[in-house]
Formats: sequence, C-alpha cells, structure tokens
Amino acid sequence: MKDANFEETMENLEKIATELESGELSLEESVSKFEEGMKLSKKCNDIIGEAEKKITILLQKNNKIVEEEFSCEEKQ
Amino acid sequence: MTYQPISVTELNTYIKEKFNEDEYLNNVLIKGEISNFKNHYTGHMYFTLKDENSLIKCVMFKTYTPHLDFMPKDGMKVMVLGSVSVYERDGVYQIYAKAMKQEGIGDLHAEYEKLKQKLEQEGLFEKSHKKDIPYMPKCIGVLTSNTGAVIRDIINVSTRRNPNIYIKLFPVPVQGQGASEKIAKAIEIMNKEKLADVLIIARGGGSLEDLWTFNEEIVARAIYNSELPIISAVGHETDFTISDFVSDLRAPTPSAAAEIAVPEISEIQNKLENNKRRIQNALRKKIEIMRLRYEKCMTNKSFTDPLEKVNKSYMLLDKEVKRLETSINIKIKEKKTYMVQWITKLDTLSPLKTLTRGFSIVTNQDGKVITSVNKIKKSDKVTLRFVDGEKKAEII
Repeated sequence: MKDANFEETMENLEKIATELESGELSLEESVSKFEEGMKLSKKCNDIIGEAEKKITILLQKNNKIVEEEFSCEEKQ
Repeated sequence: MTYQPISVTELNTYIKEKFNEDEYLNNVLIKGEISNFKNHYTGHMYFTLKDENSLIKCVMFKTYTPHLDFMPKDGMKVMVLGSVSVYERDGVYQIYAKAMKQEGIGDLHAEYEKLKQKLEQEGLFEKSHKKDIPYMPKCIGVLTSNTGAVIRDIINVSTRRNPNIYIKLFPVPVQGQGASEKIAKAIEIMNKEKLADVLIIARGGGSLEDLWTFNEEIVARAIYNSELPIISAVGHETDFTISDFVSDLRAPTPSAAAEIAVPEISEIQNKLENNKRRIQNALRKKIEIMRLRYEKCMTNKSFTDPLEKVNKSYMLLDKEVKRLETSINIKIKEKKTYMVQWITKLDTLSPLKTLTRGFSIVTNQDGKVITSVNKIKKSDKVTLRFVDGEKKAEII
C-alpha cells in the first residue's frame, strides 16, 4: 500500500462525516462508516504525531549526500 | 611675514569654481553599481556609485527623477549622465545626475524574452504539467544559500507554522558563475534520491543580473523534469523569473513559499478534531433517531393490544351469524304462510268435502272411479265410498 497520504486520509474522513450527517445510511452502515472514520482520524493523528522537528543540511562528500544537522544561528 | 589664511568656505568655493570650469566634468558619463540608495521624501535621490575599488556620492534631484524608466535599487549596475561638482557645505565632490540607465539591461531583457518565448512554445509552462503541492509534506527540501536571510526566514516561518517540520537545506549558490549548473544538479539529486516531498527554490531580491541564474535554460529544464513538486520563490513580489513560470507554484517571497509548503499545524489539528466530532455526533444522532423510531413502532396497537384484532373478528363473526339466523327465520315464516294458503285451497277442492254433502264415490273392483253408467253393467261388484267409510254393493 502507498504510504499514508495525509490529504487523502483527511478527505476520506470528511467524506464519511458528510455521508453520516446526511442520515441516509442504515444503522449498520452508519456504525461501520463511523468505525472507518475513527480509524482514519487515528491515522491522521499518527501522521501528525510521528513528525519530529529536524533541520538538516545536505552536503556532498565524495560524491555522496551526507545529511548533517543545520543551525542557521551559528552561521550568522 | 603675516599669515593670510582663507576660510574653509573660501577654499571650497574656490575648488568648486575649478570643477565648474572643467568642460569634461560638466558633462560626464559614468558607469557603476548603486549602493546606499535613498529615495528621500523630498523627491531627490541620494546614492553612491561604486566599482571594485572606488566610490563616489551621487544625487539626482526631483527635476530629473520622473524621466527614469526604472526604480534604482542597491546592487544595480547603471550608467549615469551628469556633472561632477562640489558640495561646499560638506566639502565633498559628487555627481549631479541628470539621467540614468540600467547597464546592459537591453541585452538581458531581450535574452529573457527570447528564452521565455521559446520555453513557452515548447510547453514548459503548461498548466497541465504542474504538480499539486502536497497538503502536508513530511519533508521540505530547500535549495538556497546556506547563509543569509532567505533560509533563516524559511526556517522561521516553517517552524512557527509547524514546530515539528522536517527541513533539508541543499546549499547552492544563487548567483554568479556556475550557480545555474549547481542548482540544476541539486534538483536532480533531490529527485534521484527522493530526499523531500516538495522543493523550495529560493533567493532574496536583487537586480536582474543578480536573479539571472533563475532565468537560465538549464535551471528551467531541471525544474520541468523534476518529479518532486517545486515552489519557486525568487526575488521580490515584483520579480518574475523563468523559474517562476516553469515551477509548479510561484511564491512572491521565500517566506510566502514556506507558508505555502508548511500547513498551520494547529489549523489541521482543529480540522481533524472537528471531523472526528462530526462523525461522533452523526452516529449519536442516527442511533437516537433509530431509538425514537423503535419507540414509536412499539406504541403501535398491534404491540400494545395484540388480541384487539381477534376480538374484533369475533364480534364481526357473531354479528354475521345473527344476521344469517334472522334471514333464515324470515324465509321459513314466508314458506309457512305460502303452504297454509295452498292447504286451504287444496282443502276446498278435496272430494271429501263433497262426500260430506251426501255424495259418494263408486269404484269398480280394480279401484277405478266409475264416472259413467256405460262403464258399469249388471252384477258388477262395486265399492261405495262415503265420507265416513266404504260399503260393498252389487249392481242390479
């Protein structure tokens, strides 16, 4: 499966919310859509949560890209 | 011997006269780079003109400034026509500019237009080729100088919007010899190694020459061939480079590019929470509606008084039976009356009635009624029937 795409997940969640709000689904469908929606919401939360602040600089060393921490203050 | 000093004013006036006598200094064309440019509120422009080794102060009075076909900026290479004279108060000589042109601007403009037209015809600016900027990129690749305000602005704006943003800086020169090749190479490497979800190519403001790297074909093609979406943020809002046209999105400034690439995380969290609440409420509402429907259903008579229908049917049945009984009785009565009528009729016609009046019936031995004298002869035995009995007799 494709790596979780935040935008798609969020869009699906919105779609489910609209479907549920329409009230046209049967109770069974509503419950299963709700469960799906909660899964998507958790997925979005996980994507947000797994992000971690990192600012790096890519340096070319011996034809290879090396990633090092970057701080713009020390360059002042 | 007495000293005969002159005043400073006298000296400066003297020097000024010397300058003014010089034909050459009265009408001179100078080229150089503008620095310390100040557009004074009085309408006069003050700046310094310099080259690698030297500088000279310059003023252009507001009488001449309306004729300029560009707004001078620091770093611009220009040609200035004017006179050189002395400002006595400060004891400085300076250029009094009458006209100013951007140097080499004609050539660069023509080149820019030519390349722009060529790439446009090739379809490099096609909207259909432009990729969407990801809504929430995990990692942002920034191609710019590793010193200066641009990267600092991008980092500041990005981390303010999302404190947990992942930024990879790929340092590249943004002007001068070889800069375009290095930028193109950097785009290629970022793509080949999939080092980011979106790229920002950024540079601060500058003259057309300064931004020229971003008008080079090699950079334009590298942007076009990039599979990673690219936001171009070169110069100020008013500067348009070829890179801006080819890239998937043009941001007016580097800070704006960061704003586009990095979503406000609190907004997203709110949106997510809101969606979560929406589906929770919707389900709750659905269950509530279903419960009400169930309750309404259960108040139906068939559930509250299930025997009602049966009882109703019983009553109906009884009524029908009764109706049937009544109609049969009427029929019987009718028939009875009918019968009595006939019996009476029959009674009047009965021969027995005649017998009571003194008649009698004669029958032969075979039991047949003798109705004529011709049917009887002497010695025949007959039976006489009276109302109250029979007697045998013989004809004589």
